[in-house]
Amino acid sequence: MIAMDKSDISFFKDGLRLDGRRADQLRPIRIEVGVLARADGSCYIEMGGNKVIAAVYGPREVHPRHLQEVTRAIVRYRYNMASFSVEERKRPGPDRRSYELSKVSREALEPVIMTSYFPRSVIDVFVEVLQADAGTRTAGINAAAVALADAGIPMKSMISSCAAGKVADTIVLDPMKEEDNFGQADLPIAMTPGGDITLMQMDGGLSPDEFHQAVEMAMKGARDIYEMQRAALVEKYGKLEASTIEVKACE
Amino acid sequence: MSSVISEIRKDFIYNLLLKGERVDGRTFDQYREISIERDVIRKAEGSALVKLGSSQVLVGIKMQPGEPFQDTPNRGVIITNAELVPLASPNFEPGPPNEVGIELARVVDRGVRESKAVDLEALCIVPGKQVWIIFIDVHILDDCGNILDAASLGAIAALLSTKVPASRFGLGEDYMLPINDIPVATTAIEFSDVLMFDPGVDEESIANTKLTVITTAKGEICGMQKSGKGLLKPEQIYRIVDIACEKAREIREKFLEA
Repeated sequence: MIAMDKSDISFFKDGLRLDGRRADQLRPIRIEVGVLARADGSCYIEMGGNKVIAAVYGPREVHPRHLQEVTRAIVRYRYNMASFSVEERKRPGPDRRSYELSKVSREALEPVIMTSYFPRSVIDVFVEVLQADAGTRTAGINAAAVALADAGIPMKSMISSCAAGKVADTIVLDPMKEEDNFGQADLPIAMTPGGDITLMQMDGGLSPDEFHQAVEMAMKGARDIYEMQRAALVEKYGKLEASTIEVKACE
Repeated sequence: MSSVISEIRKDFIYNLLLKGERVDGRTFDQYREISIERDVIRKAEGSALVKLGSSQVLVGIKMQPGEPFQDTPNRGVIITNAELVPLASPNFEPGPPNEVGIELARVVDRGVRESKAVDLEALCIVPGKQVWIIFIDVHILDDCGNILDAASLGAIAALLSTKVPASRFGLGEDYMLPINDIPVATTAIEFSDVLMFDPGVDEESIANTKLTVITTAKGEICGMQKSGKGLLKPEQIYRIVDIACEKAREIREKFLEA
């Protein structure tokens, strides 16, 4: 987070944010399930200006072989930014940031994946950021969780991810680029619909009270996102569900 | 979390934990003994050897003039690196840093950066052209658990004793690096609903989840990282934050201030 010329930017106008949102409002979200033909599961998500696509392959054979686990499947997660996804061209390939994000994102999903069903295999999750506008890791996790479900991977629950931030001494939900770059704190989380937290990172400055407020706000955002993930999956698979209901109705 | 641990050892630790005990007799929020030795490397601008129980981490600071980033033309640059050399643990392998090493370096960096510990504006030599670059290099010597806290402690301790080598580069007299804050990282693991601070290496390997909280001298939170494939309940996080603030204050007062 770069602390410069904060004074030049006013983050609020008439109580609304630069993009017209209230402090506790998410950016518009669009989720599409099953967008890639070759992948076992896939999902495209737009969260504000973020455009992220996730694909799941597997369970499949592990290469290299020495990585395989006898009692469970391993999970691999690759977060990658397209070189054209940001203002200034990003050098292609993984950098230190993407290594870290891949690790924490994988660890955000792994607790709900029933890996013991697939010993000696791998579940690969590939996340490509096509357009970045703050909050790419949360968008990536949301897409990946839906893609896992789309791939039919048994999961204990969905995972939904959302960030809260602090700008102009106010806690805000789902910070956009300006708020992320010039804001005072950023707190991305991921959680299960039951409220168990699987990702938690923070940078900036928050008092313990502000921290509580930010966690609660991010959790509320994640719950709303969960409803959208669910709706997107029902949209694709709901027809099957509907036919079962009809049968029941006939009986 | 990556190391191998026998089922018997795991059982032993678990059974102790049910009785409210830890392998080395500590309470759940008790840190191992800490010692910090500064200026241990004469060739470095600043250095610190931190011992946290048997864990040993050496942090060296090197400085040299260089180009600033385009978006911060008047500010010095911090570059943090961590080497998990194979001498420190049977689980470390030679080669380029893996994700564990990268995560460690980035969380150490987050503490120093987000707390604004170093007065970076004071490190501008020629605006837009030349600023001081600070290299924080973390060298893990002995991984007996919780090397992240030890590394963070080492980084700030070393920075506190860093002398800017201005005369070597013909830029006037040497002076002490201006420090504005003292961030302290505290890490807890969660294992079957018990929270343990400053985990030893066996405790780390049975835990699913680790949470690191970095606090400033004012008691604000300036950085956080959950690590490991486990779940945390919000109440557990709030409890860790509460204890972390208190522990960090104790450590800061005892080892870093004055």
